[in-house]
Amino acid sequence: MNKSVELKNHQREIFYFRLRLAISIGFVLVLLAILLTRFLYLQVARHDYYQTLAESNRISVVPIVPNRGLILDRNGVVMAHNYSGYTLEITPNKTKDLEATINDLATLVEITTKDRKRFKKLLAESHNFETLMIRNRLTDEEVARFAAQQYRFPAVEIKARLFRDYPYADQTSHLIGYIGRINQTDVEQLEENDLAANYRGSDYIGKVGLEQSYESELHGTTGMEQVEVDSGGRAIRMLSRTPPSSGNTLVLSIDAKLQKIAVEAFGNYRGALVAIDPNNGEVLAFVSKPGYDPSLFIDGIDPQSWDELNNSPDVPLNNRALRGQYPPGSTIKPFMALAGLYYNTRSPSRTISDPGYFTLPGSGHQYRDWKQGGHGSVDMFKSIVISCDTYYYGLATEMGIDNIFNFLSRFNFGKKTGIDLEGETSGLLPSQEWKMKRYKDKWYAGDTVSVGIGQGYNLVTPMQLAYAVATLANNGVGYKPHLVKEIRSARSNESRMITTQPEPDLKIDPAHLDLVKRAMAAVTQPGGTAAQAAAGAPYHIAGKTGTAQVVGMKQGEKYDASKLDERHRDHAWFIAFAPAEQPKIALVVLAENGGHGGGTAAPIARKVFDYYLLGKEPKPLADDAAQEAEHD
Amino acid sequence: MTKRQLWLRFIAHLDLPLLLGIGLLLLTSLLVLYSADNASWGKPLSQMVNIVAAFTCMWLIANLPLHYLMRTAVPIYVLGMVLLIGVALFGEISHGARRWLNIGVATIQPSELMKIGVPLMMAWYFEKNEASLTLKNYFIAALLLLMPVALIARQPDLGTALLISASGFYVLFLAGLSWRVIGGMFVAAIASAPVLWSMMHDYQRHRILMLLDPSQDALGKGYHTIQGMIAVGSGGILGKGYLNGTQTHLDFLPERTTDFIFAVYSEEFGLLGNLILLAMYFFVIGRGFIITANASTYFTRLMAGSITLTFATYAFVNMGMVSGILPVVGVPLPLISYGGTSMLTLLLGFGMLMSIETHKKLVKT
Repeated sequence: MNKSVELKNHQREIFYFRLRLAISIGFVLVLLAILLTRFLYLQVARHDYYQTLAESNRISVVPIVPNRGLILDRNGVVMAHNYSGYTLEITPNKTKDLEATINDLATLVEITTKDRKRFKKLLAESHNFETLMIRNRLTDEEVARFAAQQYRFPAVEIKARLFRDYPYADQTSHLIGYIGRINQTDVEQLEENDLAANYRGSDYIGKVGLEQSYESELHGTTGMEQVEVDSGGRAIRMLSRTPPSSGNTLVLSIDAKLQKIAVEAFGNYRGALVAIDPNNGEVLAFVSKPGYDPSLFIDGIDPQSWDELNNSPDVPLNNRALRGQYPPGSTIKPFMALAGLYYNTRSPSRTISDPGYFTLPGSGHQYRDWKQGGHGSVDMFKSIVISCDTYYYGLATEMGIDNIFNFLSRFNFGKKTGIDLEGETSGLLPSQEWKMKRYKDKWYAGDTVSVGIGQGYNLVTPMQLAYAVATLANNGVGYKPHLVKEIRSARSNESRMITTQPEPDLKIDPAHLDLVKRAMAAVTQPGGTAAQAAAGAPYHIAGKTGTAQVVGMKQGEKYDASKLDERHRDHAWFIAFAPAEQPKIALVVLAENGGHGGGTAAPIARKVFDYYLLGKEPKPLADDAAQEAEHD
Repeated sequence: MTKRQLWLRFIAHLDLPLLLGIGLLLLTSLLVLYSADNASWGKPLSQMVNIVAAFTCMWLIANLPLHYLMRTAVPIYVLGMVLLIGVALFGEISHGARRWLNIGVATIQPSELMKIGVPLMMAWYFEKNEASLTLKNYFIAALLLLMPVALIARQPDLGTALLISASGFYVLFLAGLSWRVIGGMFVAAIASAPVLWSMMHDYQRHRILMLLDPSQDALGKGYHTIQGMIAVGSGGILGKGYLNGTQTHLDFLPERTTDFIFAVYSEEFGLLGNLILLAMYFFVIGRGFIITANASTYFTRLMAGSITLTFATYAFVNMGMVSGILPVVGVPLPLISYGGTSMLTLLLGFGMLMSIETHKKLVKT
């Protein structure tokens, strides 16, 4: 009985379900009928109407590319601008024989092997319908010569275009960067950020440096022109126009003259220099040497130049100031001293007796001071002035790595400064946790000893060290460094000032600051490690020299620069701020393989200070001679 | 095992008529993509990769016995909800909407998962309560539908929200929701239209307004619709011929490899081509209905019916949108438009249909 009810129910259920299914099929048929009706309406009834529309679908929207914003230094000196010029462009799918066309062109205008190689590269990356540049920066004469023969080249046209120019070329390449042709990756990026519409018609985009990080300001808003086109796609007349608006002008905190002086002060040395106004974080000079010629990249670099740049042992493409990671060497000592005072590990007056080396209890390993035989009796003040290693071996060991890590991270070591350039590296501030993660090994006492003189696992970027020095100069109040201080709208006269808020005060005991700053000022006085470079300056420089080992020395071996290959010599550091009493500028100089900081790096800093504080420009010849003398 | 036996085992759980219909549509896809991508192999080739990947997943699902399929309902639904909440809280904003979730290795769009997850969950719920269905059960099932839909609608992704609502509604309908309630819902939907309108984003209102009069903003939002209609209309009865669509090749058609691919097809193959395309779709849909009618359990009936009807809806909405009778909502043309995610979702659905068809003998007692 029950079973039959269930069965009946089941059958009823199936019946109802099939009923609903039949209704569904009816529903789908209705949808199909709607579509069919619509297709009949569009494709049969209204076909003529749409046919005419399609044939005369001649309203074409042509984008008008805005002028890219200028880049000026703090005094209005132009560091990147546009100038108009002519290019010769080919539409490959309109030619019968591309090679022959190019050969013919070469009889009218000069087409070098580099031009051909670049064109081939563009061709490989392009779509069929695009026009591609074969020559840029045509002279007026070449334009005239081609114009007379244009009828022979239906697939070739001359286009007026704006070119980007960087007057300071390799002196600012790592700062300003460059623009380059928009590639597939850029397109994807733009689409993802919903910016593709604004880049219709644009060929270039900022690739590195400020050109990249301020792309959204510099690019401007693309305009539109509605034009009537004939069936072949040629414009007949303009219907309406929305003008483009140019990109904004960037006013940098950089002083172009100072930048130039800094670059030239390096002579033939590779290295980096970052100068900051410690009172507001404005970057005054930003040097990475060697630079490169940014104009090479704008229209796609030819393979030969690329290989040269890429394979050069000087690595000119590396932004040393932003990305170079070096052991800080003795420049870490003022910060170690502050840490020692903060944790009360050392009182200022406590002296140690320096025999010229340090040993850990129960170990025979000697950690040597840079001076054989040692410095005798050393207190904290003297330890900075003469850069006593033994003092800091002991201090670091007593303080322990955890305290060192905690204190130094307050000065932003091991972290990015957040400067307005992309690609910054964060250096390395080692900790027990880090070592366990990186090497799966615990922290040994010996590791701490070398960290004490900036020669262990720790690495800094010049940018990072500059921030730390500026923060020290400004009594523990840091400002996030920035290169752009003002953004001026191109259309209105509006401008936005870019300022950064001070970071939280590190609240360093004024007595501690006073001691360390006085000691740093004494570094540039007779008896200090940078006395020679500061001699005769009418203001006081507070500084600290440093050397960063490039190759390790064996136990008992002696460092002899003359015996080493030039590229294995130590890197020279100098950190400083001036005037020592009321700092207006704080800087870091790194001269790769420069040997001793006092001899190589400090004189570079002196030239920068002299110009910034006194307006004094270096006398080229005499100074070079002086540098040579110091070198010996 | 001989080669033949291996082959038989390989195709044992594939439904051949369905496979034929899908295969024809996918071939059409490659053909049209080649034209839409300006006679280049770029898009067709990467679409092939999408197809191979999606086919593999379809085969796996088709070989999955039904009770396993049922068991996936709750985990998939819960995972989908967690991800949707994740999107609401930490999602990445792109094109002004928060739809994507970055899970470290990739960014994913959880609403896509819910296209399968919601009907699966609802069908599972009805199966569990089959013996004693009351109005309360329908109400709970509706809640299971509305929770993800609300989250997706506020991303905002109105198109997907509506499509998932449709697939859920189909489950309710097939599960026998009474006509009175359906009528009530219909009245309520019309009554709530003004409220919905006030809650919509500007761009969504714009799209609906444009439908009424696309010429108002011919170079802005109405551009898509107008160019789509011109392409379809100018195709005429026989079409302009393969690779000869002027709308397509003079760059007038936007999004022509994705949402507007139907315009490319229709311009080049005309009304005749459209009839063939509709026939291919109807073949697949019809086979889906046959599978639904023969399905052995309550769960599989609901699931198969919902998958089939949803597929039909997608096709209708896309073609309706391109030919200008529905607003532009960003729904791809199923199995034809370029794109890996929608391909995967669709073929997973077909995998389920095949599993339902080929495993039914084992369930029937």
